[in-house]
Amino acid sequence: MEDDAPVIYGLEFQARALTAQTAETDAIRFLVGTQSLKFDNQIHIIDFDDENNIINKNVLLHRAGEIWHIGASPADKAVLTTCYNKTSDSRVVSCAAVWRMPSDWETGSNESPDDSAHNPQTLELLCHLDDGAHSNAACVLWEPMGDGKRVISLADNHALLWDLQESSTQATVSSSATLEGKGQLKFTSGKWSPHHNCSQLATANDTAIRGWDLRSMSQIYCIENAHGQLVRDLDFNPNRQYYLASCGDDCKVKFWDVRNVQEPVKTLEEHSHWWRMPLCTCTHTHTHTHTCYLEKKDILAEHIHNCR
Amino acid sequence: MESSRKRRVHGMLKLYYGMNEEGKAAEQAKSLDPCDINGPHFDHEVFLNKLRRECSLAELMDQETCMVKQIRSLDSDMQTLVYENYNKFISATDTIRKMKNDFKKMEDEMDGLSANMAAITDFSASISGTLQDQHAQITKLSGVHTLLRKLQFLFELPARLNKCLELQAFAQAVRSHRRARCVLQQYSHLPSFKGIQDDCHAIMDKLAQELRQKFRDGGSSAKDLSECVELLLQLDEPAEELCDKFLSHARSRLELELQALEAEITPCPSASAVKDPPARRLPSAAAAGSPTDNLPKTGATPSPTSNTDILEFIDRGCNEFVSSLCLVITSYQELFITHAQTGELASKNIPQMASAKLNAFVDDLAARYFSLVERRIQEEKGVGDNSLLVRALDRFHRRLQAVTKLLPGSAVAHRGTEIVMRAATERVKQYLSALQSFYMDSLTDVRQALATPRLAGASGPGGGAHFGGAAASGRDAPTSLPELLSSLSASILNQIKSVLASVHLFTAKDITFSNKPYFKGEFCSQGVRESLVVNFIKFVCQSSRQFCDNAGDKGGSTPPALLLLLSRLCLDYETSTITYILTLTDEQFLVQHHSPVTPVTTLCAEAREAAQKLLNHYVKVQGLIISQMLRKSVETRDWVNTIEPRNVRAVMKRVVEDTTSIDVQVGLLYEEGVRKAHSSDSSKRTFSVYSSSRQQARYAASYTPSAPMDTNLLSNIHKLFSERIDIFSSVEFNKVSVITGIIKISLKTFLECVRLRTFGRFGLQQIQVDCHYLQMYLWRFVSDENLVHFLLDEIVGSSAHRCLDPAPMEQSVIEVICERG
Repeated sequence: MEDDAPVIYGLEFQARALTAQTAETDAIRFLVGTQSLKFDNQIHIIDFDDENNIINKNVLLHRAGEIWHIGASPADKAVLTTCYNKTSDSRVVSCAAVWRMPSDWETGSNESPDDSAHNPQTLELLCHLDDGAHSNAACVLWEPMGDGKRVISLADNHALLWDLQESSTQATVSSSATLEGKGQLKFTSGKWSPHHNCSQLATANDTAIRGWDLRSMSQIYCIENAHGQLVRDLDFNPNRQYYLASCGDDCKVKFWDVRNVQEPVKTLEEHSHWWRMPLCTCTHTHTHTHTCYLEKKDILAEHIHNCR
Repeated sequence: MESSRKRRVHGMLKLYYGMNEEGKAAEQAKSLDPCDINGPHFDHEVFLNKLRRECSLAELMDQETCMVKQIRSLDSDMQTLVYENYNKFISATDTIRKMKNDFKKMEDEMDGLSANMAAITDFSASISGTLQDQHAQITKLSGVHTLLRKLQFLFELPARLNKCLELQAFAQAVRSHRRARCVLQQYSHLPSFKGIQDDCHAIMDKLAQELRQKFRDGGSSAKDLSECVELLLQLDEPAEELCDKFLSHARSRLELELQALEAEITPCPSASAVKDPPARRLPSAAAAGSPTDNLPKTGATPSPTSNTDILEFIDRGCNEFVSSLCLVITSYQELFITHAQTGELASKNIPQMASAKLNAFVDDLAARYFSLVERRIQEEKGVGDNSLLVRALDRFHRRLQAVTKLLPGSAVAHRGTEIVMRAATERVKQYLSALQSFYMDSLTDVRQALATPRLAGASGPGGGAHFGGAAASGRDAPTSLPELLSSLSASILNQIKSVLASVHLFTAKDITFSNKPYFKGEFCSQGVRESLVVNFIKFVCQSSRQFCDNAGDKGGSTPPALLLLLSRLCLDYETSTITYILTLTDEQFLVQHHSPVTPVTTLCAEAREAAQKLLNHYVKVQGLIISQMLRKSVETRDWVNTIEPRNVRAVMKRVVEDTTSIDVQVGLLYEEGVRKAHSSDSSKRTFSVYSSSRQQARYAASYTPSAPMDTNLLSNIHKLFSERIDIFSSVEFNKVSVITGIIKISLKTFLECVRLRTFGRFGLQQIQVDCHYLQMYLWRFVSDENLVHFLLDEIVGSSAHRCLDPAPMEQSVIEVICERG
């Protein structure tokens, strides 16, 4: 794969949200959510054909607002979550919701790609992840390898564990954890560990990375000052249970062993140029242990890193 | 006249008697002339003819008178001569006649003499004939006398021996016995002699017993002892046994001395454990001033590890143990080796046996002594006064030479040298650790000096002043940053020099071991140059790097000013100090590089790398501090519902102030650096995004759904291919580059924070105002002002993009607000 030229795909709008669709086992598929304050936002479904090294795309409309985070259900490839900003009357509200893709998006796109660009189909809302008490969701995490019934949302300084019922049309908070400390702490991102029976969660706030035990909803480890500047995103190695990767505004990608958080296992510092710095998102697809960076807002490229 | 005449007369007489044959040849030449009246070939005819022919009458007359006169005088001369000779002849005749008479008389007397002699011979023969008998008798008698005296000696021997025994005069007894022994042995078949022999044996056995007892008791002095041994040897005691006894005796005494030495070491370990660390440290802060009188100062306070200092200890060891050992060796060799070689014992291989025993003995004891010395040296950890140790080692080494001289084959000297080498190597290690701890202490001092707040008046006469003292005195470095740097580097350099001087003592000319090949070669190159100097430089670089690695992302545990200062220090090392130190070392120690040594360039590269890393880290830390301010200011504000901007936000002023104070701080240590030429209206520049008509087109286009992305995409693609800006790239060693790096990081963070927010109309306008303000002040710090323009453009552009109602503020209004605030 390294031999091939990078595959580049352009979007109309700026985008910040990217995820791999793990429920889709036949293809390597990514979902991208766009950010536009003035137009209807879109979700781009991108299939990467690694045999031919080409990309197929489909577009769905996400009218609720600009997408800050996107998550695909591990069980149902038609279900996804987004965190989005809704602007109304000089107020910006961050919400989280569970959506279902229209059943016929694939067929529609196949018939006439041009039409789909002009008249894209709209997502169907399943439920809001809103219990009335917590707002400003930063991200929504699906239980990895789960049955698509449990999600965690990170809202301000709370981590909320939701149970989705009745085909995901109803959501209730089953438990929650709160980040305590001085100042206005706020989760910026997180990842649900696929190891240990999916009982662990890692979150990032400012420059710190924290691990949580979901059974007791208590903190199990904390990497203070994991990065010199804000931690943008993190992810678990799908093959090695204690290994964690993180990236931050200091232009570094670090690899951690959560059993010994004093020092990173490895630090990559090659991302020191303009485009890549703050917007990288680590994503492991389950066919390849590689990292896919979302680079400059509307340019998607794929970089392969062997993270061993 | 008279004399010449006389000579002439003699000459003529000679001529007459045919003497003086050899003179003739000369005279012949002139006397061949027949006219020469004096010549032998005178021809009167020719002469007369010639006269007659040539002369006048008067002349002839004169000639004649002259001639007559001459003839007359000649005649008288002749007469005189004849008379004289006659007289002589007469007296000679008289003498001969007289002699004839005398000889006759003498002959008669000689005859008388010979007759007398014959008579004497007869008498003498008759006398000796009569005396013959008596002579033989006397000879016999004297022989008997001597024999009798010998016999008397023998008979008296037992009594005499007993008396000697009583008087303890063993030597005399042995001497007497030796004299009698052979005779007694020879005549032992005679009963009387047998008795004497037995008596003697019994007494001598007793004597030997007594001697052995004395020997065993060991109370006697070495001299007595050796006398004992000598006597016993003479009494045919087995030499091997004696050797063993002698050595074991000597051993017991030497061991006592060793124990006394050991007693000086043992009581201390507990005390040393407590007191050691403070003693080991070099005087740190005081060293900066006068490092030359450092060493004496610490030397004055004795090492607390033991009661006696090392020199005293070694002295005692030398004076007591080594000299006793030498004494033992000498007397042993005299007794068993030198002595035995001449005597009859040589045949029994005794010298070989004895020297083998001696070697084993010396090796064993020396090993114990060495282990003691080594223990003592190991306790010598205070690096204060090296001269004491060197002198002690020198004495130690020097005194061992004596042993070597006595025992040429012994390994003692070699092992002693090894101990000295080990001690020297150990010492070098201690100096390295002392240097390292000195360096770390100095850093702590610097850190404290940096942390101590300076009076506001003392800080920055530079650009920082007009922004108010608060920022300048808080995080900012005091103006003494260059002073701190110079005093730090000077004190380190001085410390290195004084350590080198101390170590140099090991190779001083008057030290005996300094001419060993180890101290000439390996000690200088591997020991001093590599393990001390090079390792220290490496340590400096490494510890500097650790400031970047450890403190790295864990926040600013290291004050930024320290990073800056260390970076400058490393850079100075790279440019000059390392070369200087190594040249100094090589010169002082005349290092000859037999083995490969670390080249200067490698060290310089390492130092440069450390300096670069430190400076980069400094940029990151300072950038992070400003970034945090900007981030907080963006994140904590509700940008949608903000009011119309009236002022520049305070945080922007703070950013400019901090940047200015960093600029001052860096300017204290680093040169200005080059920057691109400023355009004439740098601070007045407006943001192209908003002033150009293109901007309008961009927003107008945005409202057309059919082509929502043209201009955006175009501008993005344009950016993709425009010059890339490395945010966290390495900086150069100058002020402008450092400040540029910090500003890049800060503005980039600002940009990224803005992109995460949503703005209302006034929010956007506030960003415009802030950016314009930054533009007004920051351009002067950076190498390329376009960089600031570009980043600020991006910020304003991004906030416009994230704006719900993008209505930019009038440029003129922005300018008014900025100039007011």
